Amino acid sequence: MTRLPLLLALQDAAPSVVPADTAWMLVATALVLLMTPALAFFYGGLVRSKNSLNTMMMSFAALGTVGVTWALLAYSLAFAEGSAWIGGTTNALLAGVGTEAKGTLPHVLFMAYQGTFAIITAALISGAIVERMRFGPYLAFIVLWTLLVYAPVAHWVWGGGWLMSKGVLDFAGGTVVHINAGVSALVAALVLGNRKDYSRQAILPHNVPFVLLGAGLLWFGWFGFNGGSALAANELAALAFTNTFLAPMATLVVWVLLDYSRTGRATAVGGATGIVVGLVAITPAAGFISPASALLLGALAAFPSYFTIVARSRTRLDDSLDVFAGHGIGGITGALLTGVFASKVWNAAGSDGLLAGNPGQLATQSLGVASSILYSALATFVILKLLGLVTALRAAPRAEGVGMDVTQHGEEAYTNGEGSILVIPDAGTAGAPARALTPQTASR
Amino acid sequence: MKLIVAIIRPERLNEVLEALYRTEVRGLTVSRVLGHGGETDRVETYRGTTVKMELQEKVRLEIGVSEPFVDVTVRAILGSARTGEVGDGKVFVLDVDQVHRIRTGERDERAVTPAVLSEV
Repeated sequence: MTRLPLLLALQDAAPSVVPADTAWMLVATALVLLMTPALAFFYGGLVRSKNSLNTMMMSFAALGTVGVTWALLAYSLAFAEGSAWIGGTTNALLAGVGTEAKGTLPHVLFMAYQGTFAIITAALISGAIVERMRFGPYLAFIVLWTLLVYAPVAHWVWGGGWLMSKGVLDFAGGTVVHINAGVSALVAALVLGNRKDYSRQAILPHNVPFVLLGAGLLWFGWFGFNGGSALAANELAALAFTNTFLAPMATLVVWVLLDYSRTGRATAVGGATGIVVGLVAITPAAGFISPASALLLGALAAFPSYFTIVARSRTRLDDSLDVFAGHGIGGITGALLTGVFASKVWNAAGSDGLLAGNPGQLATQSLGVASSILYSALATFVILKLLGLVTALRAAPRAEGVGMDVTQHGEEAYTNGEGSILVIPDAGTAGAPARALTPQTASR
Repeated sequence: MKLIVAIIRPERLNEVLEALYRTEVRGLTVSRVLGHGGETDRVETYRGTTVKMELQEKVRLEIGVSEPFVDVTVRAILGSARTGEVGDGKVFVLDVDQVHRIRTGERDERAVTPAVLSEV
């Protein structure tokens, strides 16, 4: 205990690492990383079985490609000192990212924590283009998107860019993550076009328990997403954590009631969707509003997303897993309601919102929403169009019919091996054609 | 009356059902089956294990029809199930000795497509 006064004294002199903050942020980073596999289950359950591996791999692959892109360049573009529009290249290739303090955390940990956000944001977009986009072009897209869309917008809001200077409140990524991904998803769905079967036949979720599992794990990971965005183990983290606990509960209740009033039945897919929408909506507000406001915000957030989904399914727009309705609309609702409910009583470093007598904050929030919508829509459109000039973005209709698992990955999610022949490379003569053994069908 | 048995690609099932519906064929049975029609083997890899999928998933349709319906039914299937590549499947037309409708006890022509309109 004698070390504490010493640490505090050091903190006054120069920024230093605080062990308690570091401990919490180590856990929070792992929690947020888990959200991407959770998203894989959420999305994977919603598609047809012949596309389930492809859909899940779109999330899992982001762990690799986006993570590496983040470490090599995107982190620097988002968080290194630069202009109001984009960060510099000081930290490219992780140069200068050591164990020295960044805030109260070791710099390496800060970089890793922010990297988990970049990964899931790119993966979120995949929900709009599942069951038809070729895997290679998808990987190229999320790498380019991370560099050209995610990194700049993160810099604007969190890295000392122009929206930060304007005073836009975005606690954990309503604008940077959810509006950004939701709008890009909408544009991607429009550029790619509809699945060949869309609105011609019923396309049903193949594994609803996966959807519920994914929603549950997303909620668990989201405690790191919002609670960790305090970047410290303090009162603010506890507030954000509690609001992340309360808001989705209210959204879930309202969503179920809306289901009851519209169809007479509470659906499991609806419940899972309601939880995610509540989590999205509380994200920008988590560290700025009271727990009572969080309950209200969560309840209110159900309406716009719910009715956007109902309306979308009657259009010709194939945003397959409703990324725009969930994350785009949910994010916009959350960002604007942050400007309504924010209160300096709960976070002195934040701002007062409309209800605390500061209507200007709502205008500031709207500026953040509008500029991120415009930029991500435009940039995503350009990236996809340019990529489309180099390679085909979509699978051939025949491949789409057979399924993306077999055609893109050479695997099936649910195979019993009946009728499969083991191919054994001939050990004796290297380069000789593969030798096939007898069929394995007789084993039953 | 005949029993029409068709083996088709699973991904064409919806088109075939739609075509049959348009020709007013009522009453059929669908099952998922495994089969091989001479198409190129699909190669899949699971970690170190590479396999050739000798048997492909297919769908089998069984439809009992009266004589006047045989040709239209076969034509509907041929038109809707075809992709032009090896593995599109086959249609078999078999003679049937007897047919009984379990609910009413009707038999033969009265028990298969077309349903007698006065009873619908």
